[in-house]
Amino acid sequence: MTATSLSKEDLGAARRALRRRKLTAFLLVAPLLVFLLFAFVAPIGSMLFRSVHNPNVADLIPDTMELMDDWDGVSLPDESLMNQFAVDLKRLANDRTSGRLAGEVNRILPGSSSVIQSTARRMRTVDDDELQQNGAALLFDAHANWQQVPIWQAIRQSGNPYTIAHYLTALDLERTPSGEIQARDGPRIYVSLYIQSLRIALFITVLTFLLGYPLAYFIANAPIRLSNILLIFVLLPFWTSLLVRTTSWIALLQTNGVVNTALMGIGLTSSPFSMLYTEFATIIAMTHILLPFMILPLYSVMKGIDPSYLRAAMSMGGKPIPAFLRIYFPMTLPGLSAGALLVFIVSVGYYITPALVGGADGQMISNLIAFHMQQSNNWPLAAALGSLLLFVILLLYWTYDRLVGTKNLSFG
Amino acid sequence: MTNTSSAYLRFQNVKKTYDHESLVVKDFSLDVAKGEFLTLLGPSGSGKSTVLMMLAGFESVTSGEISIDGVSITRLPPYKRNIGMVFQNYALFPHMTIEENLAYPLTVRNMAKAKIRDRVGEYLGLIEMQKFGKRFPGQLSGGQRQRVALARALIFEPSLVLMDEPLGALDKKLREQMQYEITRLHQMMGYTVIYVTHDQTEALSMSDRIAVFDDGIVQQCASPAELYERPRNAFVADFIGENNFIRGRVSKVEGEVVHIALPGGDTVTARAESELRHDQEAIISVRPEKLFVEPTSHASDNRVPARFVTRHYVGDFIRYYFQLSDGTEITVKVLNDLTAPNFSEGDEAGLVWLIKDCSAYPA
Repeated sequence: MTATSLSKEDLGAARRALRRRKLTAFLLVAPLLVFLLFAFVAPIGSMLFRSVHNPNVADLIPDTMELMDDWDGVSLPDESLMNQFAVDLKRLANDRTSGRLAGEVNRILPGSSSVIQSTARRMRTVDDDELQQNGAALLFDAHANWQQVPIWQAIRQSGNPYTIAHYLTALDLERTPSGEIQARDGPRIYVSLYIQSLRIALFITVLTFLLGYPLAYFIANAPIRLSNILLIFVLLPFWTSLLVRTTSWIALLQTNGVVNTALMGIGLTSSPFSMLYTEFATIIAMTHILLPFMILPLYSVMKGIDPSYLRAAMSMGGKPIPAFLRIYFPMTLPGLSAGALLVFIVSVGYYITPALVGGADGQMISNLIAFHMQQSNNWPLAAALGSLLLFVILLLYWTYDRLVGTKNLSFG
Repeated sequence: MTNTSSAYLRFQNVKKTYDHESLVVKDFSLDVAKGEFLTLLGPSGSGKSTVLMMLAGFESVTSGEISIDGVSITRLPPYKRNIGMVFQNYALFPHMTIEENLAYPLTVRNMAKAKIRDRVGEYLGLIEMQKFGKRFPGQLSGGQRQRVALARALIFEPSLVLMDEPLGALDKKLREQMQYEITRLHQMMGYTVIYVTHDQTEALSMSDRIAVFDDGIVQQCASPAELYERPRNAFVADFIGENNFIRGRVSKVEGEVVHIALPGGDTVTARAESELRHDQEAIISVRPEKLFVEPTSHASDNRVPARFVTRHYVGDFIRYYFQLSDGTEITVKVLNDLTAPNFSEGDEAGLVWLIKDCSAYPA
């Protein structure tokens, strides 16, 4: 062992020091990881799971579902299955849970709800033995639909705890009772709302760029006192409640609001414009709210660009505007990409502002997700819509990464 | 000295204020000949960079005129001045390759593509970087970037090249190499250079003339040798090189030569760099390498007794520290050879020097 090589003890000490450093680093990051796990990873995981997992029907009629396994799914099920279903239905009717079954099946085969509900009422008074023996006939007697295959197919479909049905709904598709996937009749509400959300988000991104870029440039090149004051004005919206900012737009935009009164006051128009509860209102209010997300990364990148670059370009004969576009603008791209990505992703999923000022045509996909969460109580569909939004955003991010590259992003 | 008829670049009574109260540049006038290498030297905040910025067109001129070849450029925007500039941080465009960087000034002049390619190749050869054309500035070393910045400032054959502390970010060895490189290109191509630095060694070794700035005023504009040998005032004497200053009172004026009585009772003679009257407070300067310690074979006009304090070994020379009887500290540089004397603290010694190496200024 020479003096220039490491002894076993030296190596051990070096390794221990490295381990200690790693442990310290981990402990410092741990609170964030724990927070992310509980507030981010777990809810999203549960949302993704909920969007494909729906054990309601399987839990309601487990015995019927077991017998369903032996059914070919094409012809009418055999009598024993129908008898068992009649027994289950009676139990549900007595437990007052037949409505849940009716609701689930109705989503697959509209019109089934009343069939199931009325049949359940009839089964309530029938004796269990009678149902075991003669359930099929009683069902046929209660409603003619029980003699046809579709409602049985629908029950089997809804009884599968794992389903992509909600994704199909979210994409305006449906599965026929025989299992084929086809476009749903009627207006394509969900897909067109996704497209509307993306369009509004893109519009807002472009607007924040047009408004934010010159301002960021000015602040980055202003004397320190002025730039500090301006930055405070940029950040001011962060210090006020989102709700206050959005409702102030209601005061501004409503029929007898500030803007209309002013326009009519200076004689530009004789009757008020209807601006509130439109897509216009959603866009203008969200642009206002999201502007700082564009300005801050741009500002931080511009602050780091030495004025000598533009000076060099001009000393070499570059006229100010071409020099700006050829030299300065490309150097701000990392900030612009970061700002645009932030604004776009935040606005695609925005909820409160469109809900308050958007009216009917200014709604975004999040508003429909909230509707399914709170009003129609269709959590699986809400989860599927939310997951699809997540997939769309991931897809856009991936595309962006392929086209532009994310390694240059600078969030400030 | 440049006379009026050969003036190429001309500053006439140029003034600059930022706050409309104090002048950063006070009445600056200077003529620069074609092909000259002129350095603006001064401490930071002395106004030298402001002069450069006004010349490049990035700062407005408060009053006065700047002209090139008789044509006023005072109100011309920077991109119409045809002045090449090398920046301290190089200002190479990071998103463009070296070739694209070099081609930029030619592209904005709408030069033909083939011609641009030839010219870029030629200049890459000039700075011996043919292999680096496709690289990005971030992939080059500091010295390489500096060479590219130099080539980019020259490639469009500007009427004038400005260099704003171009070597400030390089280490000592590289700086010396680049000094040589800049001088080589200047001599080879004969363009006019205005060079700004606060590093006097750089200024002394490269320039034809140096304008020493302080407090918005040119204190002296002269060749490096003249600046060093005959500083016109105490600021220049102190700022350029190392100097010893001794205070005294004028006891006699004999034309260009003055006699100064020192507080310790000795009298020395010095060259008056500006007018001195009898009995006026004065300050004399003499450089450490122009002082000799007795016994010495060097001729001497002045002699003062001093007390040895300590010495520092530097390598090629030894620095001796003495004190005069009134406490004034004097440094003497002695070549590190066999004659270097040995003293111990408190020893008395005689310091001698010539009149021509000794300047007197009003205190």
